[in-house]
Amino acid sequence: MKAPPLAYVRATSLADAFRLWREAGPDARLLAGGQTLLATLAFRLSDPGTLIDITRVAELRGISTAGGAIRVGALTTHAELGADELVARHVPLLAEAVPLIAHAAIRNRGTIGGSLAYADPAAELPACAVCLDATIVARSATGERRIPAGDFFTGLYATALAEHELIAAVEFPAAQTGEHAAILELARRSGDYAMAGVVAKARVAIAALAEPKLVFFGVGDGPVVARRAMAALAGKPPTAEAIVAAQAALDDDLNPASDQHGGPEMKRQLARVLLGRVVRRLSGTEEARAA
Amino acid sequence: MSTEIDISLTVNGERVARRVEARRHLVDFLRLDLGLMGSHAGCEHGVCGACTVRVDGKIVRGCLVLAAALDGARVETIEGVSDSGEIRDLQDAFIARNAAQCGYCTPGMLMAAAALLEESPRPSRAEIRAYIAGNYCRCTGYHAIVDAIAATAATRNGKAGS
Repeated sequence: MKAPPLAYVRATSLADAFRLWREAGPDARLLAGGQTLLATLAFRLSDPGTLIDITRVAELRGISTAGGAIRVGALTTHAELGADELVARHVPLLAEAVPLIAHAAIRNRGTIGGSLAYADPAAELPACAVCLDATIVARSATGERRIPAGDFFTGLYATALAEHELIAAVEFPAAQTGEHAAILELARRSGDYAMAGVVAKARVAIAALAEPKLVFFGVGDGPVVARRAMAALAGKPPTAEAIVAAQAALDDDLNPASDQHGGPEMKRQLARVLLGRVVRRLSGTEEARAA
Repeated sequence: MSTEIDISLTVNGERVARRVEARRHLVDFLRLDLGLMGSHAGCEHGVCGACTVRVDGKIVRGCLVLAAALDGARVETIEGVSDSGEIRDLQDAFIARNAAQCGYCTPGMLMAAAALLEESPRPSRAEIRAYIAGNYCRCTGYHAIVDAIAATAATRNGKAGS
C-alpha cells in the first residue's frame, strides 16, 4: 500500500526541529532513517499528518569519546556503527551486533536513535544498551535529560521519552579490561527478526564469572534482564552444573508471549539454549564448551 | 508544512529537478515520475528487496526512502549501472546460469550482489546466501543466483590475480 497523505518539513537544527514539532501538532512524527516508520505508513498503521525530517540536524551526528564512554549520535546508522573504529575498540559488542540487524540495505539507513525510540522487543540494540548500562541522552526544547537504558524501555514499543522529547545520543561505557560481552540470536533466516536472542557480559576472573549480566530480546515486551539466572551464575565457575542451574532459574525470569515464531514454551527452550551458548562464549573454558 | 516538496538531485548522473508529493517513495518517484521502470515495487514495506537502488553510493530499500528527503542526493538505479557497464560481468553470469526466471527480483538482486562483491570480493557461498537473504526470489531460483554471484567473484579474482 501507499503511505497516507502527508506533509513534510526538513529541520536544519535541533532548535528548528523542536519548533517545527510543536507547530505540527501532537500526531507529527520525526523522520530519521525511516526503516520502520515508512513501513508502518505503508501499512497505514499510523497517520502522523506531518513528518519532520531530522536527518540534516548536525547535533545528532557523530561518534566521539566522552569521559570513559563512547557517545554515539542518534543519527548514526547501523552501518556506520559497525564500521567505526572507536566503537570497535571500546564497545566491541556493538560491532558484533550490527551484522545481526536486518540487511545491508536497511543498515545503510536505519539509525540507533530510531531503533531505541521504536523499542521493538525483538531488536538487538535496545538489549545491547540495557546490558552495557548505556545512558540515553534525551533532548527537548527545555534541555537535556540523561536516562539509564535500564529505565528507558517501559513496555511494548514504549519508552521513557516525554512528549516532544527525542534521543540526541547514546553513551556506552567503554569496556573494561577483563570484561567480555557477546550477543547471540536465533532467527529463521539471516536478517530476520530473532525468535529469541541474548546479550551477555561478565568479568571473567580466574575460573569464575564476576558480575554477569544477561539481557534477552524477542522473548518479552522489551529487553528482559534475567536477574535470577544472573544470580545463579555470579561468582561461580561456568561449569555444566552452573549452566543447568542458571537455565532452571531463567524460567522464572521470563514470561514470553506467543508470536508468529511460536509459543511460550518454544521461546523458553530457545532462551535456555542461548543461555548455555552465551555463557560458554563468555567464559571460553574447555569444561564449559564441552557442556 | 507542505504536502508537495521541490527536490533537485542526480539520477544516474543526470541532474533532475521535480516537485514531488511528500508521501511518494523513491521507487514510485523513479518509475512514475522519471519513467525508470527497472527498479521494481514488490512488497512496499522493506521486506522483498526488489526496489534496491543506491543513494549516495550505498544500497537502500527504495520503498523505505521518501523522494522528498533526497534533495541533493545521488541516486543510481539498475539502468545506470547497466548503461555504465559497471556490472556487465554480473549480468552476463546471471544470463549464463539462467539466474533470472520471471525476472521481477533481478534488478534488486543485481544491485545487492554488486554491493556484496564491493564489500567482500571473495565471499563464501554461505556469505552470499546470508547477504541476499534480504532479496526475495519468489521463483525460488536461489541456487542459480548464488552460482552466478560466486562465478562473477571467481572471474574477477582470477583476473585480479593474473
